[in-house]
Amino acid sequence: MHQDVALGRLSRVRRPGPLQARLRRGREAVVYGVLLLCALVSVFTTLAIVAALLEEIWAFFDEVSLIEFFTDTQWTPLFRDQHFGVLPLLSATLLMSLGAMLVALPLGLAAAIFLSEYAPAGLRAVVKPVLEVLAGIPTVVYGYFALQFITPEIVRPLFTEAGPFNAASASIAMGIMTLPLVSSLSEDAMRAVPQTLREGAYGLGANRFEVALRVVVPAALSGIMAAAILAASRAIGETMIVTIAAGNMPNLSWNPLEGMQAMTAYIVQVSLGDTPRGTIEYSTIFAVGMLLFLLTLLLNIAAQWLLHRFREVYE
Amino acid sequence: MVKSDQQLTAPPFPLPVLSPTINSVESAQADGDLAIALRSLSAWYGSFQALRDVTMAVLRQRITAIIGPSGCGKSTLIRCLNRMNDLIPGFRLTGQVLFDGQDIYSKRVDPVDVRRRIGMVFQKPNPFPKSIYENAAFGPRINGYVGNLDEIVERALLLAALWDEVKDKDKLHKSALTLSGGQQQRLCIARALAVEPEVILMDEPCSALDPVATLKIEDLMRELAQNYTIVIVTHNMQQAARVADSTAVLMMNEDRAGELIEYGPTREVFTNPKEKRTEDYITGRFG
Repeated sequence: MHQDVALGRLSRVRRPGPLQARLRRGREAVVYGVLLLCALVSVFTTLAIVAALLEEIWAFFDEVSLIEFFTDTQWTPLFRDQHFGVLPLLSATLLMSLGAMLVALPLGLAAAIFLSEYAPAGLRAVVKPVLEVLAGIPTVVYGYFALQFITPEIVRPLFTEAGPFNAASASIAMGIMTLPLVSSLSEDAMRAVPQTLREGAYGLGANRFEVALRVVVPAALSGIMAAAILAASRAIGETMIVTIAAGNMPNLSWNPLEGMQAMTAYIVQVSLGDTPRGTIEYSTIFAVGMLLFLLTLLLNIAAQWLLHRFREVYE
Repeated sequence: MVKSDQQLTAPPFPLPVLSPTINSVESAQADGDLAIALRSLSAWYGSFQALRDVTMAVLRQRITAIIGPSGCGKSTLIRCLNRMNDLIPGFRLTGQVLFDGQDIYSKRVDPVDVRRRIGMVFQKPNPFPKSIYENAAFGPRINGYVGNLDEIVERALLLAALWDEVKDKDKLHKSALTLSGGQQQRLCIARALAVEPEVILMDEPCSALDPVATLKIEDLMRELAQNYTIVIVTHNMQQAARVADSTAVLMMNEDRAGELIEYGPTREVFTNPKEKRTEDYITGRFG
């Protein structure tokens, strides 16, 4: 009887004529084209960036050998006694990113464990968005926060030898900046762990902490590692915080209390300065930029690979 | 290990003779067979009442089956026995669950201790994404067991009739997810046994398994019942008839809350039910 009713309704629906049908198909083709174009924009941009970089660094490596670039311990392209050793910039970037991870990973993971395993739904609904607001703060604000607060109020009272510009305060600020990325992505990974695994552990007499640490975190590990890598690549590419808080002196040192210049900070310095285009000094920023690009690209590929693995874990 | 159809319907073992009055908590207590006593247990998820006024006795070293149509509160009931429902927001209950005379819902009782003594096996095999060895060793590790962990693992796997299939050194340290569904479920049983519980709760342990794997688990349950108290929820009435010593039938009342409508020795329940509704359910006229 139900069927009759349904059929009765169907026969009353007006079918579109052939012209309408063709118009519809045409619209569909246009939509397809526009969407494809949008998707291609980002691919094209990436390729264009690589092409632009390649052209400029070609000129740079004509004059400076790769060996000098990677082994010289001084970076003084803007001085009379020119040296083109990228190590001081590279080590500053890596040191400060590492410091940022030392802040962001433990705090972010702890926050993720709290949000995913401990917090009641109501509390999570409040805490998570608030934590994510941190990600929306402009990095220039973090930079001044590091320079005006972290350095004078935290770093220098604790370590009197620290300078007004130092890597430590930039690291701390970048750690706070990347914390929501770590906590939010880790929490997503942890909440994707099936409830049945948690119940299995609770059923064996595990308490909340044991369930979180021995079951949920290991099962979500590749997702957590992907979050960490994405955060690290954010920190490596971060510009304003290191420029403002860590100073602009290339300095090959592992002492986080000293000022140092990160790769991004150098690029800012040159592009804002009066270095004429087309000179070797100017082309240095493309060489540094390319290295930065390769670093973050590598980290992103690693993160993608881990995220992909993470999807396969449970089955 | 293929069994004939005949054995599928008739239990391949003699069912113990139980007094028809086992639903009386007092008589079980008097006989000293009482493992768990439920007294006027009612349970709610938020405002929805899932169970109403369930009173029954679970006998020591026997298999107690809980059957009933979908949504009648079978799983809720079994999860009340080791405070598993505590994990669900909005869950609350009234009444008592007495284990060794102690109300497990009393404020002084830590649910973690309850779950150490009353283990659980779930509907879908849920081994941890770790090695077979680490799965079996998980409970002893977190509970700080002293002694040779290798031995504990071997014993648990032996008890769960899985040892012969995984005893190779490299197999033992392979991911538990490489096992078949039936093997995974036996691993979950081994994992529960490794904690040395007194009671094992099984929430539809065979619903995700094929008939051969199901029979293996059922044999295993009979084996384990010599030393452990087992409570099993099943939607499969033949399974209850095959393995259980006593059977409880739950059914929804008009408010959709589950009520215990019949409880007694399995043979009584299946051949001579006191309730018309039980008979209708068992003969397939309802449910």
